[in-house]
Amino acid sequence: MKAVFGLAAAVTLTFLVLPVLAIFLQVSPATLLHELGDPVARDALVVSVRTTLIAQALIVVFGTPTAYLLATRRFRGRNVVLTFVELPLVLPPAVAGIGLLAAFGRMGLLPAGVAFTQTAVVLAVTFVAAPFYVRTAIASFEGVDPQLVAAARTLGAGPWRVFGRVALPLAAGGLGAGLALSFARGLGEFGATIMFAGSLQRVTETLPLAIYAEFARSFDVALAIGALLVAFSFILLLVVKWLRFGWTSPFRFVPSTSA
Amino acid sequence: MAALRLDLTVPLRAFDLRVALDVGAETVAIVGPSGAGKSTLLRAIAGLVSARGVVEVGGRDWSRLPAERRPVGFVFQDYALFPHLTVRKNVEFGGRADGLLERLGIADLADARPRELSGGERQRVALARALARAPEVLLLDEPLAALDPHTRDAVRSELRATLRELGLPAILVTHDFVDAAALADRVGVLVDGSLVQVGTAEELIAAPVSPFVARFAGGNVLHGHARREGELTAVELADRTIVLSADLAQGDVAAIVYPWDVTLARALPSDSAQNHLQAEVHSIVPVGNRVRVAVGPVTAEVTAESASRLSLREGDLVVASWKATATRLVAR
Repeated sequence: MKAVFGLAAAVTLTFLVLPVLAIFLQVSPATLLHELGDPVARDALVVSVRTTLIAQALIVVFGTPTAYLLATRRFRGRNVVLTFVELPLVLPPAVAGIGLLAAFGRMGLLPAGVAFTQTAVVLAVTFVAAPFYVRTAIASFEGVDPQLVAAARTLGAGPWRVFGRVALPLAAGGLGAGLALSFARGLGEFGATIMFAGSLQRVTETLPLAIYAEFARSFDVALAIGALLVAFSFILLLVVKWLRFGWTSPFRFVPSTSA
Repeated sequence: MAALRLDLTVPLRAFDLRVALDVGAETVAIVGPSGAGKSTLLRAIAGLVSARGVVEVGGRDWSRLPAERRPVGFVFQDYALFPHLTVRKNVEFGGRADGLLERLGIADLADARPRELSGGERQRVALARALARAPEVLLLDEPLAALDPHTRDAVRSELRATLRELGLPAILVTHDFVDAAALADRVGVLVDGSLVQVGTAEELIAAPVSPFVARFAGGNVLHGHARREGELTAVELADRTIVLSADLAQGDVAAIVYPWDVTLARALPSDSAQNHLQAEVHSIVPVGNRVRVAVGPVTAEVTAESASRLSLREGDLVVASWKATATRLVAR
């Protein structure tokens, strides 16, 4: 039994690690660094950083109060609302893309005409990444001991002070971890972006789109961008793991089937 | 003047909590079994659960104020200290910490976090934080329950001194009659949402209104049938044992005998006690410098000295004796 299970584990680990390693083993680290200087890679990095930062800012500003409300209020239809919050987690990215077009495209419900602009990238990233943050934030706020909130109230704290001095600091570890997950998801966003924003260098071509655009032209540039994203992902995962050992209660990690 | 006046109703799952109580500059302990509504009463006074009726402090109506505008000092059962704040910040959350840290002997812990503190220290921080709010009423939910027996006695006497010194109306909830008697001026027994008796601990022991109160106060409760026998009342228990009482009663009664009124002997003593019950010792449990000995249907509490003089062991046959005046009768 030990041998069989050991073999299965060895196969699993090799399979999971090999593609990641391959990115770094195909060409020398010097080549990877050099190829990152390619204009396509540089432009894509700028677009990705810009859109991801704006999207994360939107997610935090709107998602935090939303999560706090959903965590602390019990109302009819709460489960329905929670399901809608989680839906983008499991939605195929192509569906997200067509949905965004249907809502915000030229012929959309809200004819903002933002399709194929950088705003569209921000919206696509926000749509697919927000649930990672909001879900984790809900769990973190729910993990705050209600007795501490009660104690704060008996000490004269109104709703704002309860939120700012008790709930927020106690949930901070979980919020940070949720943000890191959402950041990682946003940075890797591909499917919804390519449908809703297209892939236009310097405007909507993000790092993942650049990999796709470049792998036929210059495999090395694609590899270099891949290596950069692996490094980002690795750091974000470390952040998540580190934040999990704060004084907040353990939060639930919600895996996604979409990529 | 009653500083705190209560007449409130809180609907609970199985019954309503209904309490009418005036508390002056004194400590009232609310005792009762779990689920009786003790904690809910404190939360209703603090405004943490909504209640109908009157909560009045110093003549001011609190019933429409939200929790954060009611100046209560609430000490929670597990203390509910903010884990992310230092001791000083915890106390300052309630108001000015000036002098409170020194007064409660926690000044040297000012920069520590709650998780680094012992149970007794946490209790003092929780009290300091509650007092920093400059409360008009103190509410303490099982203030000693989270402590191990070793520190419990010390913290109990500390708390008692602090409560006396403050002179605030205070309500303290406990399931332990000994704590209640030690800390409070009056004790109220809460059963299924209603106060069945309020009085000093001595009054509750001397004249319990029900077998339940007597058992809570530590009494042995023996059920039987009472009939007149000369100057006394004879209570016949189910096993035909006769217990004599100086109280007058007829019919089905509970005979209450307190452990400290029972003496033990190896053979039938020739003293003035009218009740003698010969039975086996089931258990011997030392409690401080006294020993609780279960003999047949009653528990006796004797000094450690007399227990060792009798060299008691489980299974020994002994005689438990008490006076007829030590048997209180309560109707069932």
